[in-house]
Amino acid sequence: MDSIAQTIDAVLYWLAQPNILNILVLSVAKGGLVLNIILVIAAFLVWLERKVSAWMQYRDGPNRVGPFGLLQPLADVLKLYTKEDISPKNADKFFHRLAPVISIAIAISILCVVIPATYIYVGPEKLKFYFSVAPNVNVGMLVILALTSIGVFGVTLAGWSSNNKYSLMGGLRSSAQMISYELSMGLALIGVLMIAGSLDMNNIITSQANGKWNIFFQPLGFIIFLVASFAETNRAPFDLPEAEPELVGGYHTEYSGMKFGLFYLAEYANMATSSAVLTTLFLGGYDAPFAKELLGLQDGTLLMVLVQFGTFFAKVFALLFFFIWVRWTLPRFRYDQLMNLGWKVMLPLSLANILVTGGVMLLLKQFGIL
Amino acid sequence: MNVTTNTAAQRLTFWEKLYLPEIVKGLVSTLKTMAKPSMTRRYPEERWEPLGSYRGRPVLVQEESGERCVACGLCSRVCPALAIEVRAAETMERDKERYPDLFEINMLRCIYCGFCEEVCPEEAIVMSKDYDIVFHSQEAAIFGKDQLLTPVARLQERLEFLRQYK
Repeated sequence: MDSIAQTIDAVLYWLAQPNILNILVLSVAKGGLVLNIILVIAAFLVWLERKVSAWMQYRDGPNRVGPFGLLQPLADVLKLYTKEDISPKNADKFFHRLAPVISIAIAISILCVVIPATYIYVGPEKLKFYFSVAPNVNVGMLVILALTSIGVFGVTLAGWSSNNKYSLMGGLRSSAQMISYELSMGLALIGVLMIAGSLDMNNIITSQANGKWNIFFQPLGFIIFLVASFAETNRAPFDLPEAEPELVGGYHTEYSGMKFGLFYLAEYANMATSSAVLTTLFLGGYDAPFAKELLGLQDGTLLMVLVQFGTFFAKVFALLFFFIWVRWTLPRFRYDQLMNLGWKVMLPLSLANILVTGGVMLLLKQFGIL
Repeated sequence: MNVTTNTAAQRLTFWEKLYLPEIVKGLVSTLKTMAKPSMTRRYPEERWEPLGSYRGRPVLVQEESGERCVACGLCSRVCPALAIEVRAAETMERDKERYPDLFEINMLRCIYCGFCEEVCPEEAIVMSKDYDIVFHSQEAAIFGKDQLLTPVARLQERLEFLRQYK
């Protein structure tokens, strides 16, 4: 056991060296790991979605493939791979192919600035080994906002390149929806950034340390951000881009085989990333209030990191369950209702939230509390 | 004329306009449903037993002495889907002189209307309780006498139903 631990320590120590080669190898390794984790989580989510929806409708859900139907996603992927890959005659072939790739790539690449756990000390010099792909980006939050905006391209291009009016409608709806909700999403965020005083994900998390989570100080901001991320991920009740009773399948009407599979996967990957971002911003990230005081764990130890991973994933999965739960409870919004909510309710509320947060912070500073 | 009524009772209250409390109510309702047992019947393991009134696959009644059918061909004549084919033959061995030497029902054509059963003077063809009828080819869908003949003991419930309501 000791020799294994020593080898792992030596490998991590080598990887943590600040050389170009080591950083390159480490980033590729972490990237591959993140990719695999998100794909497994997405597959699990597909299973969870079907199970939860079944339970909410007095059904059983998938229960034939593997124990509790757990291998169902695997069977689904096999099916998608063996299906014929059709692209319409009049489609723009290049963009038709590119759109699902953009969707899934954006959904996954957001995760590189998300921090599931801090670091452990490795080697004799106590070098810090970080667990996120890009651990110390000082504009982390901006990267996330920028990448989510690019995510619209995948859906819009898919709708446009299919050369089908239903697809185009879906694509246009989605771009309109995502742009109008991005606004209130960004504004709802500002309250959090004011409290943290930084765009760095590390600072945002440490500002919430020991149970001082932003959800308690920014409940309105949390609700607005939550609703906006439902709209951003095109999930019910905001799934107008793919509204099947009106638009057949929206932007992915003309997709089949694994290209459709990528869109399907991107939806769940997007859910996972939104949950991770929500956790970081409002639920204190990896912060477990009891870890330091009750268990006496120190920063940089392996046990601490494991506790952090556990808390982070527990929070993320609670949010993911909430995403699924809401989908099977609420009916879809009408298009004008969606725009009304976005522009007439959420936008003024998020502006008011900034004003109130600023005012309260100013008052607290005046009395010397903050 | 476009008449719209908007009485105080129809107007939403403040809390209803706020959406959020109503959403929470809905969420609680679905969460409660999650804890309740499912209504799914796990089909191949757990089968549904139909009542006597159920119109499943039509079968020929077989008694100890032999089949009841006298090959009159009425069922074949009445069948709206032209699914039944009967070829009569004669015999001296039994009290009934006619019997079907070929009796075929094409199960791809059968619409389970039950006219054959209604028209049969001998109560020789009745609807059974079989509802999972599967085959791999069109040829296999044509059921011959070997598949149609069913002992009378297994059809008691249907025969009693017919005596009561037909």
